[in-house]
Amino acid sequence: MAFTTDEVLAGLAELITDETGISADEVALEKSFTDDLDIDSISMMTIVVNAEEKFGVTIPDDEVKNLKTVGDAVTFITSNQA
Amino acid sequence: MTITLVQPTGPAHTRIYAYGAARGELTVPNEDLVGPIDSSDEWIRQRTGIVTRMRAIPETTAIDLAADAAAEAIARSGIDPQQIDAVIVATVTNPRQTPSVSAIVADRVGANPAAAYDVNAACAGFSYGVAQADALIRGGLAHYAVVVGAEKLSDVIDPTDRSISFLLGDGAGAVVIGPSDTPGIGPTIWGSDGSKADAVTMNHTLTEFRDGKAPWPTLRQEGPTVFRWAVWEMVKVARQALEAAGVQASDLAAFVPHQANMRIIDEFAKQLKLPDSVVIGRDIETTGNTSAASIPLATHRLLEEHPELSGGLALQIGFGAGLVFGAQVIVLP
Repeated sequence: MAFTTDEVLAGLAELITDETGISADEVALEKSFTDDLDIDSISMMTIVVNAEEKFGVTIPDDEVKNLKTVGDAVTFITSNQA
Repeated sequence: MTITLVQPTGPAHTRIYAYGAARGELTVPNEDLVGPIDSSDEWIRQRTGIVTRMRAIPETTAIDLAADAAAEAIARSGIDPQQIDAVIVATVTNPRQTPSVSAIVADRVGANPAAAYDVNAACAGFSYGVAQADALIRGGLAHYAVVVGAEKLSDVIDPTDRSISFLLGDGAGAVVIGPSDTPGIGPTIWGSDGSKADAVTMNHTLTEFRDGKAPWPTLRQEGPTVFRWAVWEMVKVARQALEAAGVQASDLAAFVPHQANMRIIDEFAKQLKLPDSVVIGRDIETTGNTSAASIPLATHRLLEEHPELSGGLALQIGFGAGLVFGAQVIVLP
């Protein structure tokens, strides 16, 4: 079953809240992980691994550095679903 | 006529008799390191859990640290040094390619002419050494062995490096291993993944340095890549070590992972679903990351602070440059 953009955004927001305590309301497509949400590289990797499990996708290490915004991550996940 | 060769056999079981520890003389707070990396005490604490690290003075070598730790372990074990017939030192920071650290350490602690060799398995070196000592004794090649993890990492740091240098400390931890009436060292799960050799590595070679093509080689790591591997891949190895030993996480008294980064330790413990009763080695907070020395140093501290752990089971797992890894369950002395 493919996840919609809204579903991926909501799921990602949940993972970000779990890892960092940031309110899900603050997680929006245009937000930068580092500049806006202040998520460090270790928390980012934890979110990535949990997102892989939640959405059934593979996000290679080399790809993680290209995911600058929440929107980048949502796009990658929705377009790489099995 | 046919001659049948003699092949040795040893005792059925081994155990760790005692630990020894040596740390660098200097306490280095985060404040001393933040300038060249444009950072702050808070930034380092949040990303690593390190408050201070111990580093050695210039005159102190990895050999000195190793010999001090080994001497303490031998004294505490009650074993005559002359009965020790194997000395294994895990290190990646011997500034002289040869002779080995181990031969000099064996001589200094009174174990000359023990078999002696160094192991280059970075942060998994101590687990590799324990695996080998256990096998050497059970195979009849040694009666008592000393295993040391010893590093002077301050020789291979770059003050301007934001990837790993600020984590690193100097120290040595040692154990004496010998025969046992009951199983004291579980099966070792170990291996390597050289396809990720660049994830933790010296940034230049000694020959490049000699030829003036590069500065003094120092350590670098790809932090996020290492973090993912160190937690989610190494959790699988840790579970294999528990299963191979016939042990549940709830049977453990202690968990002593390589002291790489407090964030790795915390996430590792979370993924392993350790019950609150399991005491976790967190020596990194004040000692820093000492590579091969970190597991025995952390265990030594646990036994000092929690003597009631004696006789309990500890899961130890080392992982690092190579990449390499090694894990086993041991009975704490």
